[in-house]
Parts: sequence; structure tokens; C-alpha cells
Amino acid sequence: MIRSLPRSKTYDWSFNAFIILYFVFLFAPLVVTCVLAFNNSDFPSLPWQGFSLDWFLADGPDRVGLFHDAQNLRSILTSFETAFFVSILSVVVGTCASFLFEKETFRFKGLLYMLMLAPLVIPGVILGISQLLAANTAGTFFDDTFGVDIPIFRPSFWLVVLGQFSFITTFVTLVVSARLRKFDPSLEEAALNLGATHFGVIRHVTLKFLRPAIVGAGAVAFLMSFENFNTTLFLVGSEPTLPINLYLQVRDGSTPVINAVSLMLIVGTSLLALINFYFTRKTD
Amino acid sequence: MPRSRLAFWIFLAPVLMWLLLLIVLPHLDLLTMSFRGENDYGDMVWTTRNYLNFFTEPIYWLTFVRTALYAVITTAITFVLAMPVAFYISKLARHRMQGALMILILLPFWVSELVRIYGWMILLRESGVLNFFLVKLGILHRPVEMLYNDATMIMGLVYTSMLFMVVPLVSVMDSLDDSLIEAAHDLGAGKLAIWRTIIIPHCKPGITSGAIVVFMLTLGNYLTPNLMGGKNSLWFTEQIYNQFIASFNWNQGSAFGFLLLVLSSLIIWAGLKLSGQKLGEVAS
Repeated sequence: MIRSLPRSKTYDWSFNAFIILYFVFLFAPLVVTCVLAFNNSDFPSLPWQGFSLDWFLADGPDRVGLFHDAQNLRSILTSFETAFFVSILSVVVGTCASFLFEKETFRFKGLLYMLMLAPLVIPGVILGISQLLAANTAGTFFDDTFGVDIPIFRPSFWLVVLGQFSFITTFVTLVVSARLRKFDPSLEEAALNLGATHFGVIRHVTLKFLRPAIVGAGAVAFLMSFENFNTTLFLVGSEPTLPINLYLQVRDGSTPVINAVSLMLIVGTSLLALINFYFTRKTD
Repeated sequence: MPRSRLAFWIFLAPVLMWLLLLIVLPHLDLLTMSFRGENDYGDMVWTTRNYLNFFTEPIYWLTFVRTALYAVITTAITFVLAMPVAFYISKLARHRMQGALMILILLPFWVSELVRIYGWMILLRESGVLNFFLVKLGILHRPVEMLYNDATMIMGLVYTSMLFMVVPLVSVMDSLDDSLIEAAHDLGAGKLAIWRTIIIPHCKPGITSGAIVVFMLTLGNYLTPNLMGGKNSLWFTEQIYNQFIASFNWNQGSAFGFLLLVLSSLIIWAGLKLSGQKLGEVAS
């Protein structure tokens, strides 16, 4: 059964085989995507036509590699910008929220806490359409009442940022709160007794203690924003993020350039995820 | 520690802004929009027609039921697959291997869902990698289309949500004391009895939280049914998208969105009640 109990050979074998099959299932699509990015063929399929870096480096006219593909590069940049603003915003507000829920007592705290958790149970598509509706309502309101047209209320870059921020902040709050719960308040008291100001204490003692969790949460926020599809789908304007852009290409038939983009994405996210592991391990 | 009022407001203000402007108001807007519609003269009036449409048009509620049913099936399959994997990681693998296996399990899920689905598409489609090998090996005479059917779609959904089942299961199994299983074994219990009376009951909280998250993600998934389920994959999020983007009937779309929100909240609430858990515990 378990490590310490005697097990039969068949049991061990079948279990190991199952686990190997499971990991093949887990990694097969990723490996195939990466390998086919180097296939010297116009379609993302076998047979193997030889090794080629065309899908990264080719500069037209027959093949346009990723590094010359303006549309894909543009969307990668958009995704980076979006993820940058989303992670900054959600880390700031999420940290405020965890201070609020862990250290303060006030009326309606329970209600507010439930509201904070709500994005966990709202499907991404619903979040997207409700943001779209609200932005549209707000836009119409400002247009009718004040006669001003505010572009931010139409599907646009900033609407995507707000939409992603609305649910990613919940995850940041949960991660930072978990760390804050382990904090020993007597450290703050000691600092106050020694003459520190309230904000000095928060800056030099509490935030220092929280730093690994905040960095980890920021990385998670960045990744979540970078790969978000469901919420972004409804809010995206003329600047698609990478997942939306890839979706359109995959739906309408594709060239191995998508494999090249995917490969970069796999390598990039794996690196960021590993950095995150490193930091969260420090937290424990 | 005495806290200043100022600090309290600095924490509260951004959190309140976030929750009111991006969570509460948009969903109230969704609710009101769903009860609005044009009457025969083209004026906007309050109406329940959007909801009546849902119940009188079989295609709508059939899709709704189908989506819910397939989400249940997906959750069940995910559980059956994840249980042995979690058991292997926490009880069978050597200690040094455990961390590495966990990282391996987590990594694919940091990569965008779109990339993973794309990987499956180039594996499974008619000109895909799997067909290529099956024909080469003489198992198939000609390639078959493996995409665009319900079985493949469910496989894709299982793949996308696997992680959210494995992680909670591993963490509950880690907390199960090995000596309980050893004792049961020494007293003569068979494998089945050990699973039924010790392992499963102990893992109940992890099972519930995993099942809730997987169910919700599957219910609200747009990408996988859209790309792997083919033209006649009727998924409720697609209906919502079509109402919004293709038909531009935002009122009807809002009604659908609200129905999906109610369904997912009801099921999550019921799951939490049945297992006696709180949302906050499940999330962290």
C-alpha cells in the first residue's frame, strides 16, 4: 500500500506505469508544440522535414518568423503592459485588503470579506460581460449628462486591466493574508516602543516580513494576467493581448509561427513559475 | 497595538473602491440589464421576456443542462484520475522526489490554456501527430479526425482543470498519518477497505474543494469547448458570447449570464454546505 508496507511487484509496476502515462498526458501537448516549432514545414504537423529556425527568424516573403511578425510581437508587448499594470495594481490593493481583514476590526467586516471572495466563484466570462456592461452604462451616463465621451469606458487596454485586476486582487489578498497571519505583532509593538512612527513600522517591519509573499503574489498576478482569456475576451479593444491574438489565429488555421510563440511562452512562464516557487518556499 | 484612523481609511478606501466599482455595481448592472428589453414600439421597458425566451426555446435550456451535465462528468473523471496521482505523490514516491513531482505537476498549468489546447489540436487533428504515427505503424489505414467530438472535448476539459483537483488532494493526503493505514493493514484490512474507510473519509475536504473549483472552471470555460468541441459543441458560455458579440442582444446575453452565475453559485453553495466547509478555507 504505502512506502512502509510490503507491496507486490505487480502493484508497484502498474502504479508506476499509471504515473508515467499521466505525466505523458500532461506534457505531450507542450512537447509536441515545442518540437514542431523547429520543423521545416509550412504546417504545424509531421512529417519531420528537418530542423529550421525559420519560424523564429525568417523575414518573408514566404515565411514570416516570430521576430519579424509585427502582429504577434505587438500582442506580446500588449500582454506585458497589461500584466505589468495588473500586477502593480492588484499587489497594492491586495496588500491593503489583507491589512484590512487581518488587522482591523470594523462593522460589516464579514460582509466585505465575503464580497472579496466573490470573484472566486464568478466564472470569468460573467466577470467580463458585467464589466463590459458597467463600463458601457458609465460611458453612456457621462455622455448623456455631461456631454463628454470617455474612451476608457469602451473596450480598450485600460478596461482589460480593470477587468483582470477585479479578480486577480482576490488571489493576491489570500496569499498575502496567509503570510500576515504568521506575523508576530510584538515586533510592531517593540518598534513603536523604540520610537518608530506607525508608517515607519509598516514600512520597515511589516512589509519587510511580507516581502516574499508580496513578490510571490506579484508573480502569480503577472502570470494570471498574461494568460487570461475568458475575462479579456469581452473587454479587448483594438489591441488584443497574446491569448486573444493566438486564439484568432488558431481558430482560423495556423502556421508554425504559433508554435514559436507558444515555445517562448512555455519557456517564459516556466522561468517565472520557478522564480515564484523559489520565493514561496522561502515564505514557509 | 493602537492604530490610527488614518491607517484604517488608507486600507479601506482602495478595497472599497475595488469591490464596489468592479464587483458590486457591474453585477447589479448585469441583473438590471437582464430584465430590460425592447417592446413592440422599440422602447426600452422592464420585461421578463429574456428569461421566458430561455425557458421556451429548447435549444437554450438544453444547452444549459448539457453544459451542467458535462461539467459534472468532467469533475468525476478528473477526480478518478487525480486520486491515484495524489496518492502516489504523497504516499508512494520517495521524499526527495515529492517536491520535484509537484513542480512537474504545476508547471504545465502556468502555461496559457490556449497553448495547451493548441498542443492537443496539433496532436489529435486529422493531419495531426498521433494520426501520423498510427498510420505509420499500420494501426490505421487512413487518418481519422479525433477532434471536434464530445469525448475529446471532455478530455480537454479534464486536462485543463486537472491541477485544481490534484493540489488539494495532495495536501489532504499529506496530513493523513501513515500509521493509520499501517494499523489497518496489520489488523487485516484489504486495500478496498482501507480506501473506503480511511483514505476517502480523510480526504473529503480536499475532494470537495477540488470538485467545486473544477466544476466551476469547466462550467465557465469558453476556450476548450469552442476549439475542441467543433461546430456543434453547444456550450452555454458560447451562447452568451454569441448573444453579446454576434447578435448584439445584450439584454438576452445578460439574462443568460445571470442564469449561469446563479447555477454556479448554487452548486458551489450546496457543495460547501454538504461538506460543512467555508469558502475561505476552500480557497486557501
